Amino acid sequence: MVDQTPVTEYELHLYVDGELPVGRRDAVEAWLANHAEDAARVASWREQATLIRQRFAHIAEEPVPDKLKLAAITRTRRSWGAIAAAAAIAAFFVGGIAGWVGRGASAAAPSETEVFTSDAMVAHRLYISEVRHPIEVKAEEDHLLPWLSRRVGTTLRAPDLSAFGLKLLGGRLLPGVASPAALFMYEGGSGERYTIYCSKVDAARTSFRYEDNTNFGSVRWIEGNYGWALSGPRDRDLLKSIASAAYDQIENRPPTTKRSSADQLLSRRGS
Amino acid sequence: MNTFHRDVEAAIPALRRYARALTRDSEVADDLVQDTLVRALRSEHLFHGGEVRSWLYTILTNLNRNRLRSLSRRPTLTPIEDHDVAAATGPEAGGRDIERALEMLVDEQRTALLLVVLEGLTYREVAEVQGVPIGTVMSRLARARTQIKSYLDGERPTLRRIK
Repeated sequence: MVDQTPVTEYELHLYVDGELPVGRRDAVEAWLANHAEDAARVASWREQATLIRQRFAHIAEEPVPDKLKLAAITRTRRSWGAIAAAAAIAAFFVGGIAGWVGRGASAAAPSETEVFTSDAMVAHRLYISEVRHPIEVKAEEDHLLPWLSRRVGTTLRAPDLSAFGLKLLGGRLLPGVASPAALFMYEGGSGERYTIYCSKVDAARTSFRYEDNTNFGSVRWIEGNYGWALSGPRDRDLLKSIASAAYDQIENRPPTTKRSSADQLLSRRGS
Repeated sequence: MNTFHRDVEAAIPALRRYARALTRDSEVADDLVQDTLVRALRSEHLFHGGEVRSWLYTILTNLNRNRLRSLSRRPTLTPIEDHDVAAATGPEAGGRDIERALEMLVDEQRTALLLVVLEGLTYREVAEVQGVPIGTVMSRLARARTQIKSYLDGERPTLRRIK
């Protein structure tokens, strides 16, 4: 006795992809025998699958190129230092362009805060897609924080975001509104990236402001003449919680979620 | 070589296939695979059991999305192959058409379809890779298939006429 419940479109997909529970298979086959249009759709989906496999299956049969063998990849990782040096030079040029684009985007006498936000978003967009040189100086290098603090003009320490599964990769120096800006890059377990951007902004203190575009979101705030922007995948609530954890550490408040180690704490000398 | 490294190594041919289908450019594809491997080895300590293969697909999918984001600001580049008119009518025509059809899809739909059809992942695995509920995977698949069908049904004659 075949189940007579009408077959849905999703069931047809499940059927084609071999995910339909065994009990429904006969029912779908009986349905297809009586519904020519659905049968034609199923046939066309199968034909698509065949075309896709015919087009690309052979690539998995090719010998793996030397540069993709694990031995080669392990070697590449060891020469990271040399890569970082090249990145520092590239960053000088790219950083200049990022600042310029940021300004062009809001040409009609933008406020400093607008320029700040735009710069932060341009920097985020540009550097999260950098695979080999996302940062200029690695988190493990001792001079990262002293150097960025000196250039940005305030004592910086990068917030510890491990409570959100984010690991600090490192940072870089960028042109900011009126003075240099610092960008810290964080990465999660499956490659999602977040950045914290900081530069001097001559504007009044603000609370958290959320802004997004089709690709990512950004939470910014201004405190003591410094602007901060946390950017990452578009998830308003998550970005706000990360921003408030970062804010607590930056402003030296007792963190609400997790105790962070003292040397990770980001503090600022009275300005 | 530990189990983790062996599993990663075993997945490389399939990753190359997936990357090629996603990017339709062999150099970009192999760069993506290389970056995926670099990142996987670097984050080995973050991998707590589970399926290495799905995890690698997740990394590659994220990297490709990042790549597309940075491209979205630039003018679109048309691969040189597209001007190869003879190929559009030769024995390879079916392959070219399906490539063009894939190219038209929104990234998330293309990714879902390729993971299911080409890489043989289950809907549940695709949901994990894309970080969305299974229902979303199903609607992406449905939309992808509808669009490809109308492209192959309707556009093919137009392409043939180019010659």
